[in-house]
Amino acid sequence: MQTAATAGIHETAHHDHHELSFVRKYIFSTDHKVVGVQYGITALLFMFLGYGLMALMRWQLAYPGKPIPVFGDLLLRVLGPDMATGGIMSPDLYNSFGAMHGTIMIFLAVVPLAAGAFANYLVPLQIGAPDMAFPKLNMMSYWVYFVGGAIMLASFFIPGGAAKSGWTSYSPLATVADLARQVDGQTLWLLGMVFLITSSLLGSVNIITTIIQLRAPGMNWMRLPFFVWAQLVTAFLLLLAFPPLEAAGIMQLMDNLFGTSFFLPTGLVVGGQMLDVSGGGSPLLWQHLFWFLAHPEVYVLILPAMGIVAEIIANNTRKQLFGYKSLVYASMALGFISFLVWAHHMYLTGMGTKISTFFQTTTMMISIPSVIILTSLFLSLWGGSIRFNTPMLFALAFLPMFGIGGLTGLPLGFSATDIHLHDTYYVIGHFHYVVAPGTIFALFAGVYYWFPKITGRTMNEFWGKVHFVLSLIFMNLIFMPMFIQGLEGMHRRMYDGGAAYSAAPDLAHGLATAIKLNVGISHAAWLLGLAQVPFIINFFWSIRNGRKVESDNPWQATTLEWQTPTPPPHGNFTRPPVVHRGPYEYSLPGRAKDFTPQNEPD
Amino acid sequence: MLAAATPPLDMEIPYTAEARPDTGVYNAKIGLWLFLASEVMLFGALFSSYILLRVGSTDWPQGLLSVPIGALNTFVLIGSSITVVMSWLALKGNDFGKFRLYMGSTVLLALLFISIKSFEYHDKFTHYFVKLKDGTELTGHIEGKPFNWSLPKLKASANAPGEIAFHPDAPKRGEPVPDSPHETLRLPVEQIAKLESFGPWRNTYLAIYFTLSGLHALHVIGGILVMLYHWGAGHQLWRKSREQFTNRVEVTGLYWHFVELVWIFLFPVMYIL
Repeated sequence: MQTAATAGIHETAHHDHHELSFVRKYIFSTDHKVVGVQYGITALLFMFLGYGLMALMRWQLAYPGKPIPVFGDLLLRVLGPDMATGGIMSPDLYNSFGAMHGTIMIFLAVVPLAAGAFANYLVPLQIGAPDMAFPKLNMMSYWVYFVGGAIMLASFFIPGGAAKSGWTSYSPLATVADLARQVDGQTLWLLGMVFLITSSLLGSVNIITTIIQLRAPGMNWMRLPFFVWAQLVTAFLLLLAFPPLEAAGIMQLMDNLFGTSFFLPTGLVVGGQMLDVSGGGSPLLWQHLFWFLAHPEVYVLILPAMGIVAEIIANNTRKQLFGYKSLVYASMALGFISFLVWAHHMYLTGMGTKISTFFQTTTMMISIPSVIILTSLFLSLWGGSIRFNTPMLFALAFLPMFGIGGLTGLPLGFSATDIHLHDTYYVIGHFHYVVAPGTIFALFAGVYYWFPKITGRTMNEFWGKVHFVLSLIFMNLIFMPMFIQGLEGMHRRMYDGGAAYSAAPDLAHGLATAIKLNVGISHAAWLLGLAQVPFIINFFWSIRNGRKVESDNPWQATTLEWQTPTPPPHGNFTRPPVVHRGPYEYSLPGRAKDFTPQNEPD
Repeated sequence: MLAAATPPLDMEIPYTAEARPDTGVYNAKIGLWLFLASEVMLFGALFSSYILLRVGSTDWPQGLLSVPIGALNTFVLIGSSITVVMSWLALKGNDFGKFRLYMGSTVLLALLFISIKSFEYHDKFTHYFVKLKDGTELTGHIEGKPFNWSLPKLKASANAPGEIAFHPDAPKRGEPVPDSPHETLRLPVEQIAKLESFGPWRNTYLAIYFTLSGLHALHVIGGILVMLYHWGAGHQLWRKSREQFTNRVEVTGLYWHFVELVWIFLFPVMYIL
């Protein structure tokens, strides 16, 4: 009798859970998996948009002053003749696309994908929790992000267009760029940022609390998958580094709207006229506050990527990660030191050689934990029986690509060599190697790897490999020549792609050649876009038509997210998991299978 | 067979009310401490900006705010952080009525703080700086205490006065006393080159003062809303789960102490130093 009664209660509970309306289940959902997927899809769309802005800018760089084919007409119609007369990109439009490409890619695409989508979906699963610690805050985090993104998008269509002072929004330029208008693109940018910062605050509080409080029995700290560790450090960076930018944003908003002079120095002359403000502000202060966020932000971009790569490498080499503990401690060190390096972006501001020396030292120090992580991941390959599937190919490509990105950063970290390289295409090449073929490859790897858990079907392997090979080729064709351009001294913000240099009578031969590289880079950039078509079609086609997985654990993995039904139901696990072992127990001797899941008793 | 083979896992999030044994705290407490860490960075950045701006300034105005009023407000906030603890203790003693009394007093004290603050703000927006075309610079009050006038506003208004009656401030210690103090000056509008109230645009000190104290006031208002919610709708959760409600009041109290702590730094920095 009692059994029947309990079963009845369970049945009702089960029933209730199925009666959630469509809106509560898929739109305003508190389920961490739905929120994760929402983050993922929104972020991928923003990534596509961010790419689109850049693809248009590349036309202007390759063929300055020529009307943009096909899209030029569209720009003219949507944004008006001020922005694109005759389909030619105006300098203002170029500036605003440049600023928004950076903003969208970092704050609306890569971070939400890495620290929003992957963390939300996987962290509770990997630690054996039924959901996040604060499900309602989780939902709110996504919707606040959504509003922030909507504000950023809306700013393209207001008079004067979107923010055009770079993603760094340096003052006083950001304040005086559009003096005639009280509310300009920059105002909306700042407003949008306030929403994005709030969203990341809600998200990071949630992730950290979840990891501390909701680990399953037996899941002690050194049994956490490295991905969870990476997300924990990332969440701390977001929690502590973003607020100073929020403070700076509030102050710049005051400068723009209420006529304060936080970042406006005394005696500022704009357009030949003394600016009527009280003065006494400090443009350097903005840069300090901005980079105090923006340098840890670099590690927010890279740490989740490293976490994803570590999971995929362990799974596809069928062996333990090399130096799991070193990886964990190195990522903590990375997180800590990342708060002490920000001013290496500011060597040329005249802040003083003593300060430069300090930041040069910390910058060299931070390469130690980065190298430890990369080395451990490389050594993990040693002696493994490697499976070269699509996720593994992307993860393997991440290693040298991030390596190039990291090593080319060293000359920028020394204040002496930075004098030559600062603000050139070399810098663009450097950080894009870190983020584009680095982080974005890792994110692609993650999409291919966890797609079967989310949908119950695998993505097509052949088209995945086509996507990989083409992306790898074109990424390198885009960013490798930029190092040459930068070394020749090509400035990174020129609207005409360096055409103005040809006015110089004694133009260095190298620079003349470097300018010509623009055409090739642009074509590679457009082809990179084409190379994403197989991915996009594969992604949507496989949701319904991909090969069905035969088990809940198609990659034969050890971590807990593969020990759930596919896709995981509300509440995740059918039985509360108990953890008995470390995260990567592959190929244990004397066992029938070459993998031993974390929840398998001895 | 009737018993479901795999009953769906209870979707209760663990440790919402009781503490997790190995960490010793419930979820919301960790969440709140993390939130406060982030808040420390937010206010920390603003206080650092204050230091940087002040160190780089050539002349930093002092004595623009009334110390007694600021001190009064400090005591109001300290009082409220005592009553908020009392309200939590009342819940620990299972006395909901007493909780309402103390939580209500906290809200009232917080409202008193906001009222005093808005009085101070209003005072700044009715205090003016005038620069005449001959180069004379004056500070003082305009007759009738108009709110936040400026020269463009004055010129744009339909019934603009031809001249304004101006009461200059009494000279500060050490400054020369003018021939006829306390005299009301009649300033023709066409002779005025610049007119502005002591809002955030006036100088960098006022800019950081309004930004910091405004952000703090927003935190106070947020606290008031949350505490009102506990005071009003709190009944329901109290009946459902006393432990969880007490926890909520505890973390609200933690937040309130943080808001109070920010003011403890704000008061000397803005009023005294």
